[in-house]
Amino acid sequence: MSELDALRQRAVEAWERLQSGQGVRILVGTATCGRSAGALEALEVFRSEAQRRGADWRLIEVGCIGPCYAEPIVCIAKPRRPMVCYQSVTAERARQLIDRYLDGDDPAAEHALGTLGDGTIDGIPPLFETPVFKAQVRRTLRLCGLIDPTNIDHYLAHGGYGGLEKALRMQPEEVIEEVKRSGLRGRGGAGFPTWRKWQFCRDAPGEVKYLVCNADEGDPGAFMNRSLLEGDPHSVLEGMLVAGYAIGARHGYIYCRAEYPLALERLAVALDQARGYGLLDEDILGSGFSFDIQVKEGAGAFVCGEETALIASIEGRRGMPRPRPPFPAVSGLWGKPTIINNVETLACVSLILRHDPEWFARYGTEKSKGTKTFALVGNVKRPGLVEVPLGITLREMIFDIGGGLVGDKRFKAVQTGGPSGGCIPADLLDMPVDYDSLTAAGSIMGSGGMVVMDEETCMVDVARYFLDFAQKESCGECTPCRLGTRQLAAILEDACSGKATPEDIDLLAELSEGIKAGSLCGLGQTAPNPVLTTIRYFRQEYEVHIQQKRCPALVCRQLLWYRIDPELCQGCQLCLKHCPVEAIQGEKKEPHTIDQLKCTRCGACFEVCPPKSHAVQRIPGQVPATETPAPPKPAPAAGLPEET
Amino acid sequence: MEDTRRLEAVFASFEGRQDELIAILQRVQAEFGYLPSEAMRRIARFVGVPESSVYAVATFYTQFRFTPIGRNHIMVCRGTSCHVRGAPRILEVLEKQLGIREGETTPDREYSLETVACIGACGLSPCIMVNKRVEARMSPRKVAQRFGKAAQGERT
Ligand SMILES: Cc1cc2nc3c(=O)[nH]c(=O)nc-3n(C[C@H](O)[C@H](O)[C@H](O)COP(=O)(O)O)c2cc1C
Ligand code: FES
Repeated sequence: MSELDALRQRAVEAWERLQSGQGVRILVGTATCGRSAGALEALEVFRSEAQRRGADWRLIEVGCIGPCYAEPIVCIAKPRRPMVCYQSVTAERARQLIDRYLDGDDPAAEHALGTLGDGTIDGIPPLFETPVFKAQVRRTLRLCGLIDPTNIDHYLAHGGYGGLEKALRMQPEEVIEEVKRSGLRGRGGAGFPTWRKWQFCRDAPGEVKYLVCNADEGDPGAFMNRSLLEGDPHSVLEGMLVAGYAIGARHGYIYCRAEYPLALERLAVALDQARGYGLLDEDILGSGFSFDIQVKEGAGAFVCGEETALIASIEGRRGMPRPRPPFPAVSGLWGKPTIINNVETLACVSLILRHDPEWFARYGTEKSKGTKTFALVGNVKRPGLVEVPLGITLREMIFDIGGGLVGDKRFKAVQTGGPSGGCIPADLLDMPVDYDSLTAAGSIMGSGGMVVMDEETCMVDVARYFLDFAQKESCGECTPCRLGTRQLAAILEDACSGKATPEDIDLLAELSEGIKAGSLCGLGQTAPNPVLTTIRYFRQEYEVHIQQKRCPALVCRQLLWYRIDPELCQGCQLCLKHCPVEAIQGEKKEPHTIDQLKCTRCGACFEVCPPKSHAVQRIPGQVPATETPAPPKPAPAAGLPEET
Repeated sequence: MEDTRRLEAVFASFEGRQDELIAILQRVQAEFGYLPSEAMRRIARFVGVPESSVYAVATFYTQFRFTPIGRNHIMVCRGTSCHVRGAPRILEVLEKQLGIREGETTPDREYSLETVACIGACGLSPCIMVNKRVEARMSPRKVAQRFGKAAQGERT
């Protein structure tokens, strides 16, 4: 193994030179989220300014350290100073930072998130002591945002591929035993013990076996896998090599969704570099073990995250699931034993091997070991990617790390597990986040999406939203899922538009149980969860929709209306100009009125009404008859033929 | 002839196996912006499967389309985080501004409007993607400004 040792030594030396050098280092987070907030523009400012003054600033593009709310994030290190991590570094702020901290010596503390590394700077707290990071335990994410993901040496310098070296010195069974002792459960959905799957596959007869890394990340509201692939792709490749060795596979695939162009780009670079260092293909590190990895791009089908559908897709067919058993571990790709593991599961594997199982299990609960990454998003003040020990409470995550809700609104629910999960209400906020507690609450851990919802979110609308998604994504193969989800979606649509009857709530619940029991794959088996949990915890909201025809959260359009308060209206005509259906009348400087028969309740008037007059009001319930001029009948729904 | 040459160039990096079919469709679509019917015929011949099988696969995946796409390809995220932060309104404003519905292209082929399950920038929601570039922290007002003028300016 001396080959890799030499490469690593060189990498460590290069890394240390970089850290102790006399020059300035500037780390710009240019992952997808950073880019969308303007990171490339900031990068360009640093680049052109460096050139203009002939300065030897080392510019390094890194992945993301997690706090999305602070994007674009830039870290600046001057010699003999701790690195300072800055938030919201747009092009303009980049210029200010150059002016103040690089040309001058003012660290611009008010823009800093925190310091990294040894030493202190007045007025800037150490980053990992700040509320966002304090409760986190960063393991799989430890290098994201701090190393150059396109430079394998940065990974090597941090002990990268040490887990692979160790695994190759063991017997495959011993590797499986290590993973068993760690207690690792799958991070992609069901939380199945990783070692047990591997053992099935290892024991399955046959020479040819496959390993697939599931990077489909189809859950809306989740981006943990994307961030890891963009920020530290080698940690996933290393895990794949270890897994391949353990199960006896020679070929690996990464099934990555096409919606992640940057992750795909980073993977291609990482694979090339790993190949160049003899970490792929024939006789890896002289061990006799051979393994290659090929990337397959998804083509936009949620169901392809499901194992058997994913296999069909890799084979070049429609992504239709098939009944299990046989499980893929016994008969998968081209009928050969196949293991499918999630991106994060594989990143955990490389860490378990590099350290040891006990190290991994130091965090977590009895049955849920280790740490887990979550995409904490929605109506939370500090959305971002976080990694926490399993067993932490929802409250700690949402209020300590996430800083509570935007605008200090009231917390209503948190949705975990994507379309297969459920909505958890406020009185369960002190529940620990682990596989079994989430399941007991009617949700699932899933891959780690965590969408926080405030009082202005309508839970019936959320259920409708998820069922609409499930109904569109159902592959159509089995009837309970194909027609059942469609039926659920239709009833929920009725509930949101005031057309449902009181019996419909029980019908929803009954139908849901049938779909769960009768569907072929995990999509249908879990699709009713958002309905069941919202009925379980927010039944009253359904009742108000159905009986009082009111949407208390003011979301469902058919169950609210707008009016202009004549006392408050200044006649500025903004609403009149923005109304897409010309439903607003009124002379300049005179109070305006809304024609309720024309109004589509899009809310454009509400959005543009200047805060100082605040004249447009959104009112729960259906339009009262007094607001609609003759004919005195209740407002007919748009599009219905007129009565003759 | 030109189209045939472009197709041949795509085929050159494949062997014509069934498991390459999706990748072939993706590359052909990247080349032409959509999957022309002539290309579908040739792909079937290249992979050695009936044309109906190629359609069966291509119609299953939302990525594939059979009509040309607009020069500006706008995708509105309909993910959960974007949904609770106002994505439905954003889609509505765009539909209004561009005068097309989700899934359509303007007659001048300037704009195509589609939705996507999640862009993966949920921490900066609501998001849209314009020609593969993510634009974050959108609001009805921002999209109205961004596309209202562009759409009108270019079409008159
Ligand atoms: C409809 C559906 C979608 C899924 N999507 C994903 C996904 O995007 N990523 C993922 O890792 N697992 C997904 N899964 C779970 C996988 O089927 C599988 O359990 C997982 O990849 C196994 O890896 P693990 O044991 O490492 O968790 C999905 C399951 C279903 C039923
Ligand atoms: S929910 Fe819109 S980017 Fe993920």
